[in-house]
Amino acid sequence: MNPHDSTLLGWVIPLVAGMMVVALFLAFFRLIRGPSLPDRVVALDLTALIVVASIALYEIWTNEPVLLDAAIVLALVAFLGTVAFARYLERGATR
Amino acid sequence: MTEIFTAIFLLAGGALILLAAVGIVRMPDLYTRMQPATKAATLGVGSILMGVAVFFGDLSVTTRALAAAAFVVLTAPVAAHMIARAGYFVGVPLWPGSVANELRGRYDPVTHECLSHAAGEPPEEKGGHA
Repeated sequence: MNPHDSTLLGWVIPLVAGMMVVALFLAFFRLIRGPSLPDRVVALDLTALIVVASIALYEIWTNEPVLLDAAIVLALVAFLGTVAFARYLERGATR
Repeated sequence: MTEIFTAIFLLAGGALILLAAVGIVRMPDLYTRMQPATKAATLGVGSILMGVAVFFGDLSVTTRALAAAAFVVLTAPVAAHMIARAGYFVGVPLWPGSVANELRGRYDPVTHECLSHAAGEPPEEKGGHA
C-alpha cells in the first residue's frame, strides 16, 4: 500500500512530521538553555527518541521498511550514550 | 481499515511526543522535566512504532517494530533513573515548590549507597510503611 494514494495518511503523516519538527525545536531549546549538564542529557535523550519516531514516520511515507533497522540502532546508541553520561557524571565530573 | 488504525496510532504518538517536548521546556527542575521526557516520549515512540507495525502488516516488519518498541520501553526507565541519580549526586537543586525529598540524607556521599534510614536518625520501626 502506498501512503500517497491514501487521502487520510496523505495529511496525517505531514501533520505528525510537523509536530516532530516543533518537538525537536523545543528539545533543542532545552539543550541550549541548560541550566545543568543532566538537563542537557535529558534533552539529548528526548531528541534521540524524536528522531527514532521521525525515522518510523519517514519509513511509512516512503514505504521502505528497511529503515526500521536504523531506528533500532539509533535507540540503542542513545541509551548507551545516556548511560555513559550518567556514569561519567556520577564519577565526579565538574559539571 | 489499516489506514484508520495507522492514522490513529500516528496522531496519538505525535501528540504525546509534542506534549513531552512542551513539558521539557515548561517544567521547573530536572526531576520534573524527566517525567515528560521519559514517560510521554516513550509512549509516543511506542505508539508510532505500533503504527508502523499495523501499516506494513508483514511478519518481519511487525516483529522488528515490536522489538524496537519493547527496547525503548525497557531502556528509557533505566536511563532516566541513572541520570536522575547522577543529577542528585552532582547537586542539581530541587524546585523550591517541592513538598518532599525522601532521599535527603539517605545516600552515602562516598560509597553512593542508598541507606534505608537517614544518617543521624534511628532506623524505622519494622512493620511500619516503607
